[in-house]
Amino acid sequence: MMKRWQAVKRLLPLLAMFALVLSGCGREDLSVLRPQGPVAQGQLDLIKLAISIMIVVMVVVFGIAAYVLVKFRKKKGQDKIPEQVEGNHKLEIIWTAIPLLLVLVLAIPTIQKVFAYGENDWNNPDAVKVEVTSHQFWWEFNYPDYGVKTAQELVIPVGKKIAFQLKTNDVLHSFWVPSLGGKMDTNTEGSVNYMTLIADKADTYIGKCAELCGPSHGFMEFRVKAVDDATFDNWVAAFKAPAVLPEDPALAEKFKTNCLSCHAVGDQGGSMGPNLTGMGSRETVASILLNDISGEPGSKPTKDNLVEWLSEPQAVKPGNTMPNPKDLGFTDQEIEQIADYLANYKLDY
Amino acid sequence: MAHAHAHSHSVKRYSGLMDWLTTVDHKKIGILYLIAGGLFFGIGGIEAILIRLQLIKPMNDLVSAQVFNELITMHGTTMIFLGVMPVIFALMNAVVPLQIGARDVAFPFLNSLGFWTFLFGGLLLNLSWIMGGAPDAGWTSYTPLSTTEYSSTHGVDFYTIGLQIAGLGTLIGGINFLATIITMRAPGMSFMRMPMFTWTSFITSAMILFAFPAITVGLVLLSFDRLLGANFFDVAAGGSPVLWQHIFWIFGHPEVYILILPAFGIISEVIPTFSRKRLFGYSSMVFATILIAFLGFMVWAHHMFTTGLGPVANALFAIATMLIAVPTGIKIFNWLFTMWGGQIRFTSANLFAIGFVPTFVMGGVTGVMLASAPADFQFHDTYFVVAHFHYVIVGGLVFGLFSGLHYWWPKMFGRMLNEPLGKWTFWTFAIGFHLTFFVQHFLGLLGMQRRIVSYLPNQNFDTLNFISTIGAILMGVGVLLFLANVVVTARKPSGVANDPWEDGRTLEWSIPSPPPEYNFKQIPLVRGLDAFWKEKMAGNKEMTPSEPLGPIHMPSPSILPFVMSLGLFIAGLGFMFSTEEFSNSFMSLIFNKYIVMIVGLVITFAAMIARSVFDDHGYHIETEELEGEGKA
Amino acid sequence: MSAHAEHVNGELPHEPEKATLEGRNKVLGFWLFLGGEAVLFGTLFATFLALRHQNNEGPTAAELFSLPITAAATLILLVSSLTSVFAIQAMHRHNLEKLKLWLIVTVVLGLGFLGLEIYEFYEYVAHESFDMKTSAFSSSFYTLVGFHGAHVAFGVVWISLLIAQLFKKGLTFVTAPKVYVSAMYWHFIDVVWVFIFSVVYLLGKVG
Repeated sequence: MMKRWQAVKRLLPLLAMFALVLSGCGREDLSVLRPQGPVAQGQLDLIKLAISIMIVVMVVVFGIAAYVLVKFRKKKGQDKIPEQVEGNHKLEIIWTAIPLLLVLVLAIPTIQKVFAYGENDWNNPDAVKVEVTSHQFWWEFNYPDYGVKTAQELVIPVGKKIAFQLKTNDVLHSFWVPSLGGKMDTNTEGSVNYMTLIADKADTYIGKCAELCGPSHGFMEFRVKAVDDATFDNWVAAFKAPAVLPEDPALAEKFKTNCLSCHAVGDQGGSMGPNLTGMGSRETVASILLNDISGEPGSKPTKDNLVEWLSEPQAVKPGNTMPNPKDLGFTDQEIEQIADYLANYKLDY
Repeated sequence: MAHAHAHSHSVKRYSGLMDWLTTVDHKKIGILYLIAGGLFFGIGGIEAILIRLQLIKPMNDLVSAQVFNELITMHGTTMIFLGVMPVIFALMNAVVPLQIGARDVAFPFLNSLGFWTFLFGGLLLNLSWIMGGAPDAGWTSYTPLSTTEYSSTHGVDFYTIGLQIAGLGTLIGGINFLATIITMRAPGMSFMRMPMFTWTSFITSAMILFAFPAITVGLVLLSFDRLLGANFFDVAAGGSPVLWQHIFWIFGHPEVYILILPAFGIISEVIPTFSRKRLFGYSSMVFATILIAFLGFMVWAHHMFTTGLGPVANALFAIATMLIAVPTGIKIFNWLFTMWGGQIRFTSANLFAIGFVPTFVMGGVTGVMLASAPADFQFHDTYFVVAHFHYVIVGGLVFGLFSGLHYWWPKMFGRMLNEPLGKWTFWTFAIGFHLTFFVQHFLGLLGMQRRIVSYLPNQNFDTLNFISTIGAILMGVGVLLFLANVVVTARKPSGVANDPWEDGRTLEWSIPSPPPEYNFKQIPLVRGLDAFWKEKMAGNKEMTPSEPLGPIHMPSPSILPFVMSLGLFIAGLGFMFSTEEFSNSFMSLIFNKYIVMIVGLVITFAAMIARSVFDDHGYHIETEELEGEGKA
Repeated sequence: MSAHAEHVNGELPHEPEKATLEGRNKVLGFWLFLGGEAVLFGTLFATFLALRHQNNEGPTAAELFSLPITAAATLILLVSSLTSVFAIQAMHRHNLEKLKLWLIVTVVLGLGFLGLEIYEFYEYVAHESFDMKTSAFSSSFYTLVGFHGAHVAFGVVWISLLIAQLFKKGLTFVTAPKVYVSAMYWHFIDVVWVFIFSVVYLLGKVG
């Protein structure tokens, strides 16, 4: 009895440490361990259940191992051959049956949740639909019901089901917002995926690409801004406002002919590159240069980040398909002007 | 087999390098596998260290993003196909024929061919580093990233062609060991008297036979897409990238068990020897091994939970995967209860075996966690997965291989590895291992995805990544200590006892270390499980022979396996560069007109024809010679 | 070892292919090899079944295939399987002449099959503009059927070499297992063809 209490006493701090690690670790906007929506919460519950079962297994195995290693080490002068035990049916049945039982305990909620998260809300009228198209190395978000197509920053209303349709424009990527829920691959046409996520509170969450997609795979992040309904509606309205172009007409013309062949602002431009509408309101440039409005340590003014990006896109995100503006005939001064224009192109919402 | 006319042929015997190029002796081939596997393991290890150094701090720029992707691709591919597989084959070659009381493997010539195709395939793959860039699409080479559109160097061609050639060698090895274990067992050695390492080698070989052809087809399809303009994975022409994932993992998951089962076998030999007890629950161990192999073919889609196969498939594959925990658990408890009541000696071999048990349990339990598909949506492609499979493959397999190498080294080379150095190897490697990979579980849960060249600061990744890199360096030190041990040991005189651990249980410990080329002067009679132990307990110093002393027939050495493999190597290079645009018109002629490829194939086929037309009668070691050796 | 000391005078037993350990190993090893080959073709079939409707605006199976030609090819290959059985029966009777004769017939039939297949491929490429690059269907078709064709070609060369050896060395403990496993191989590629005929051609015609 005494011995058992000793063992528990020894284990308690370990378990407490584990609980601490599980509850407190990581950034609220990034960590799997700090869920900010029901899907991530449900998945974390499953993870916790699995970890608990596995800790039980490990305690048993490590306990037996420690006992055996201490008790049965060869002592000096011990030369009598130990008994050659063939096996023990009772024991063998026990250690077949108990793991089977443990697996069952994990299997039941697993199956429940597989089907729960497998539900497709694409045709659910209450859900906000977002078509996600991944590109090397940026994300396109199209809201078919709102006529809005943005990039890199996904804006969603809090508390609503967001039904995602996931596909890729080139290689496979994987859409992952850890604090809102697990990931799903963006496949090519013909195997399009669907997934539903909900954000419980207004905040900005970090999203990442989780499938190797080329050199800048690690830099293919995005942001998810969860906002209240009214703000969301304002955002949609602001986004659909007519395009703002650079004031200097020569620069505007150069911007139009060069940049807008791929990018779009407002109702103008193409869709081969990320939409630039409201660049000045975004938290990042190219998803890894942090702008000061994000409030992150080490972030820089949006304009500085834009200058850095426009001066040498390959240095920031190797392998991306954007041509170097200098090769398109932009001078340093013009790059500065474009950066200034974009940094001040803000959406009011 | 004694052909009436066999001994009338005088056989050519080589020495020096030619001896190694032409040998068909399974013991020498084992050593060749060990050297080649060790070399590739070293290369893969350097790649690993470079990866970890790049990740030591946020936004590091030690290597470029492109080189980083090449490093991760080659690290995975090299370690799995060229590092650990050959070391497994090294031990299988060195030990299995001895354990079953055989003079040789069923196909000595094919054994050599298997080695040389593996080696040339591996060399071809690694040539990519100096010939325009290594493959960069991950060891899984998912399409479309691995198609010419997104990976325009020849890297992925080196991957597809190199692995096809190396895979051919593995397949040949698998068939050879299956046939060897089925037909070459000594009298009295029934299947249920076979040592566990032989059992696991047998099951692994069977899995190789049924898994490797699938990846061969996958690689052929990918190389056709890349080099012949086929459309298997080209969506625009109706192809399907998800098809590649299925083919890859139908092979890929069994491959994991192909790797780990022999480690199970090694642990099942080492623990009983150093506990002086027979393996607890032998028959349930055999049963569990077979069950794991069977389930191993049923679970491939658990690598594809996030591909979007739908809830029904995900649920089925989740359950099937979880079930593997049951036979694996049986094994763990059997090992623990083998030690229970024994007299445990902490030799370096046994330290690795004992270290294996808890480490592998940790890898196993995270495996069950990953099997829970909805939870896997979070784990998938994060450092949690990286931690999991390194616990299984390094903490499991590599610990097992180190254990086996320390254990069988005296049998293979006639010299004991230095024990203090061996213990240092264990502690540095084991501590380094846990430092490297334990923290990676948390990195994954904190939101760090795998295969990223760098990461921004302030995501709580910095400290854990730093610790992980320090651990990796420590593992590197452990490997260097092992190498030092090998060098130190090689300078010692040869000639240890038959049974240097004194508690050997199986047949390999009943013959000299290293064994003579014919292994057993007289094939032993097996009277039970742990045949040698049984004789020792009955008071006998040697095995009872099952046959009178007589001339022993041996196969002739041959250079043909080397030539065949060389031909495949040349043909592979030729095929790979057949679509290349050369500025030099001569190069363009010989490559674009498939001349190099045809020359390579002609070399291979000519060697095959030579092998078929000229009968190998082998030679005999005469009775007088055997008796002379016995006295010396 | 003296396991077949009873044969030292050169007398062959009923099944000479299994008289020596090498022979028995060879037969067993070859069965195992065929197991691997089965997985290889299984994977190719799976690929074909997954992609067979992806014709990418190129010809479809129904438009392309001509059953009379493939039926003839099937018949030829089936007969060649039968003749290789006759060859093995002759070997078991130690009738070297008949053995060589039936093997030659087998090789000739194999060549006939190959001729038809080459003609078929030529027609597709030259007149139907259906080649490796046309569609996912075409790629999987050429790879599956071509792999089989390459196996037939390999078999033809292999058996021809064995015939030459039989002329030179006669039937021995060494040549008998080789002939036997080549017959196993031939049956295997015949069985694969039956699947190809059903899955690729018949199913393709049905739609």
